[in-house]
Amino acid sequence: MTPMEINGSINLVGYGLAVIGSGIGVGLIFASVIQGTARQPEARGAMMGTAWIGFAVVEALAILGLAFALFLG
Amino acid sequence: MGSLMPVLIPLETGGEGFKPPGLEDFEFNGGFIPGVDWVNKPLIQALLSVILILVFWLIASRRLKTVPGKGQFVSEFLYTFIRNGVARDTIGHGWQPYFPYLLGLFCFIWVNNLFGLFPLFMFPTFSNIGYAWGLALLSWIIYNAAGVKKHGLAYFKNSVLPAGVPLWLAPVIIPVEALSNFIIRPITLALRLFGNLLGGHLVVLVFVVGGTYLLTQAEGILLNAAGGFTLLFTFAIFALELLVVSLQAYIFTVLTASYVASATADEH
Repeated sequence: MTPMEINGSINLVGYGLAVIGSGIGVGLIFASVIQGTARQPEARGAMMGTAWIGFAVVEALAILGLAFALFLG
Repeated sequence: MGSLMPVLIPLETGGEGFKPPGLEDFEFNGGFIPGVDWVNKPLIQALLSVILILVFWLIASRRLKTVPGKGQFVSEFLYTFIRNGVARDTIGHGWQPYFPYLLGLFCFIWVNNLFGLFPLFMFPTFSNIGYAWGLALLSWIIYNAAGVKKHGLAYFKNSVLPAGVPLWLAPVIIPVEALSNFIIRPITLALRLFGNLLGGHLVVLVFVVGGTYLLTQAEGILLNAAGGFTLLFTFAIFALELLVVSLQAYIFTVLTASYVASATADEH
């Protein structure tokens, strides 16, 4: 059997590795929100507002990675 | 490997072969006015969204009643959502001048993002990066102008050197803060919107194109069944995209508001 031929850019593998960090970060943010909500349910609104901003900041790294992987290749 | 090979075969052989969707699916060249290339699909969508939003808010504001009907409920819900959830909560005191921009921003981004999910359009305007740069530039001008209006030229000093930082840290803090406040912020604002929509639309394309190929072109009943399953699963992807694009419109608005808030904050 001939080995399978794979085409494409190795950048995408690097991008896949890079988003592990963002994935863990986003997971930590929402894990904390869930914990906080369980401890103090009435503070949920204030926590969610902060959480979305934090989520956006962490996710920005993954999005920068996407841009670099696709366009600087 | 033996059981996996039938799944991989269509990638290697079979007719004209499978052509995965790529970045060239995001390029449009005219098609509306002969000879004018820059009047393309994203531009028409952006203009159409402006008209839709204008008509919606004009009608909504003309027909206000004390006892709201269904239509007024929708417009009031949107209005109070941005006013209470974004403008008041994030900017705080003095939110009034920025509220119209925030509401317009949210509506514009949201409608344009929803274009990516609806038939007839099926293309999110902001997956062309120029549109995202434009919005980020506007937000950048507005939050810097808000800071200059509030503090005068001291705004630039305040925003690169927060109060309470020891003087010997200034050589480190000033470049970092300047980079973060004036360069990284607008770039990430635009790239986040653009990247999410580009990525989301690519996923939808992969599901639709790949599923159709497996269902109609691939040999073997198992592959055809997998294609049908993929097309069914596309609806789940659409639901996910609906969440993501609404979230991105909200996040762009919230971040603009929070940048305005940090530019106009009293204590730095």
